[in-house]
Amino acid sequence: MTHLGFVLSSWIVGLGGLGAYTLWVLVRGRRLSGHVPPERRRWS
Amino acid sequence: MTATNPAPSPPLHTGSSGSRRLGVVTVAGLVLLVLFAFVFSPADAAQKDSVRIMYIHVPAAIVAYLAVTVTAVGSVFYLWKESEFGDLIAAASAELGALFVAINLFTGMMWGKPTWGAYWVWDARLTSTSLLFIMLLGYLAMRTSSPDPTVGSRRAAIVALLAAINVPIVHFSVDWWRSLHQSATVSRVDATLDDQMLFSLFLGMIVFTMVYAWLLMHRFRVIWLERQLAERGLDDAIAERRAEAFQESRS
Repeated sequence: MTHLGFVLSSWIVGLGGLGAYTLWVLVRGRRLSGHVPPERRRWS
Repeated sequence: MTATNPAPSPPLHTGSSGSRRLGVVTVAGLVLLVLFAFVFSPADAAQKDSVRIMYIHVPAAIVAYLAVTVTAVGSVFYLWKESEFGDLIAAASAELGALFVAINLFTGMMWGKPTWGAYWVWDARLTSTSLLFIMLLGYLAMRTSSPDPTVGSRRAAIVALLAAINVPIVHFSVDWWRSLHQSATVSRVDATLDDQMLFSLFLGMIVFTMVYAWLLMHRFRVIWLERQLAERGLDDAIAERRAEAFQESRS
């Protein structure tokens, strides 16, 4: 494969960035959910 | 004597049945996209394997446009109707927009070096995209620019409208100005583009849109929780101050 470093960097940083952000959102949601009463969490 | 089961405690997360279903389909879509990008689609005759960067670069750009549009629509509803939903969805979408623009810029640089011989050139597309990124960061900064959240939201909503005006400028910059960047790949679907390349590109757009939708649901709910806690904190502070004032008046 040509330009392997550029191709892999793009995909690793792109998907890695999305993965890291997803993890941050899910962990923050889990932490904050414990402080808000269930009736105020309309989705649960 | 019968044992009574305690009521099940509500789950501590931002998921719902809808977001879970979407999440499963999205993960499957991402796996399929990686397979198409690296295994099933061929290398390009001119760009060689660097064309595989396009399957993440172009979808990130399209979803960034979508995110800015959603931010602008939410902001209009906030400015017009003072809609809290509009304000919160705009905030969630702006953050995602900044993320997708950052991915678009980075992958563009990775494509530019082997193709143009430079990571960065100050041409119309790259400059206007950078401006969009800065505007989205500005939107997020504006939200916290005042102790009064309504003032911050109003200022940010105006920045969102300016960012939305920039979206067609970014998109058509390659036609309006002389640019090193190639013109729109998707709008000029021609016979020279291989079927598998075209499919991979469209698959990328669909999958990235699903990633955006899934993240938007979760981020919106997290912002909603943050707002609830901030309001409760304010209520508690007011109640505490009233109690102190009552004590002072009695002594």
